[in-house]
Amino acid sequence: MALRGNLRDFTITQLLNLINLAQKTGTLVVEGPSETAQVAFRDGKLSYAQVGQSASSLAFILHKTNKISSGQYKAIQQRSSQIPDKELGLMLINAGYMTQEDILSNLQQFFSDIVQRLFTWVEGLFHFENDILPPEDRISVRLDLENLIIEGSRQMREWEQLQDEIPSLDMALKFTDRPGSNLRNINLSVEEWRVVSYINPRNTIRQIGSATKMNDLEIRRIVYGLLQAGLVDICRPEGAAPIQQVRVFPTEDKEEQKTLVNRLISRIRSL
Amino acid sequence: MQTVKMVVTGPFSAGKTEFIRSVSEIDVVSTERRISSVAEKAVKEATTVAMDFGRITVDDDLVLYLFGTPGQKRFDFMWEILSEGMLGFIVMVDSTRPETFREARSILETFRAYAPTPYVVAANKQDMKDAWEPEDMRHALRLDLKVKFLPCVATDKSSVKNILLELLYSILAEMENGEK
Repeated sequence: MALRGNLRDFTITQLLNLINLAQKTGTLVVEGPSETAQVAFRDGKLSYAQVGQSASSLAFILHKTNKISSGQYKAIQQRSSQIPDKELGLMLINAGYMTQEDILSNLQQFFSDIVQRLFTWVEGLFHFENDILPPEDRISVRLDLENLIIEGSRQMREWEQLQDEIPSLDMALKFTDRPGSNLRNINLSVEEWRVVSYINPRNTIRQIGSATKMNDLEIRRIVYGLLQAGLVDICRPEGAAPIQQVRVFPTEDKEEQKTLVNRLISRIRSL
Repeated sequence: MQTVKMVVTGPFSAGKTEFIRSVSEIDVVSTERRISSVAEKAVKEATTVAMDFGRITVDDDLVLYLFGTPGQKRFDFMWEILSEGMLGFIVMVDSTRPETFREARSILETFRAYAPTPYVVAANKQDMKDAWEPEDMRHALRLDLKVKFLPCVATDKSSVKNILLELLYSILAEMENGEK
């Protein structure tokens, strides 16, 4: 019987547990709300992961993890598009650009991050393809799943809490006008400063997340901290078209609307 | 016949059904069901699962409908439906249960995202001896000073009237500001 189903019935935590305990080898394909993830396992250990169409090539991962610049990434792509990852890795090591440990730890971190992201997916279909593994030219890793499951469960709880606090990313942020609060006197991290620089009632939280290259969990975490510190407040984005087009008043005439509200006031007073 | 509607929302057991019951001229049409969860049963026996519905006839030509939302999160799919076309909304918060404040804040943000209509927040059960002070609640709920945060006893008609009036004053003020 093929391992396939819906994340609503069988969560990522349960899936990873099963793969770990059954020491499965193959690729888990998860079709999430807006993208598809492919995660490969060998003997119940994480070996490779990719999200969307962009294959997790070594050059792509090193670029994503800021180990190489955009220019270097382009140059590598042009020169070595035909070179397998393993060969590219050797070239980088031989050139003294990186060590083998550097390369492996970057790959592990990148693949782990993809798996952690999956924990926030609560909707979607999945299926497990036995014995299908990433192409031979890719560098695979061997990561125990236990730590990923524990960390993922922790993140899932945090995610649920943050979703409660910030239910919509389509709202904007504005600085609170509390007297005496001065951002310069507050110790903010680099990531927090990056978010702060985009705070403006015209930008939605989603747009800030996208501009600062943060995923939903990361941007929610930072916004939550700023909210708790009383530095910012959530507001409706300026200039956004009203979400609700449904008619509120039975009349379009402004004066009649005011009369109607006054009639309501008189009636409530008389209750 | 013209109709307008207001929505009363808030966490589980905040007093939404009681609020509507206090001013509705009809027996509140309630979709209450017996609670199965042991934790929630310790708070009350039955809860709203779809909505509460109350009515106040203004005159021959105008009726105000009051809709109460279900408080439990698993029924939140009803919230957006109920919020459609609302004149304004009231967020009820149980002053004696600080563990629900975070959820109240979340519900408030959710409704603000649905529609840019005026709202007020009511600190319900202020007659209970372990009720939090409204000022402390305002801080805990992180409410801006511009947001009307009003003490309330949902079983007391005059208190409920005051909340409704404050919401209507806010609606009127916003209409007048919009004209400037």
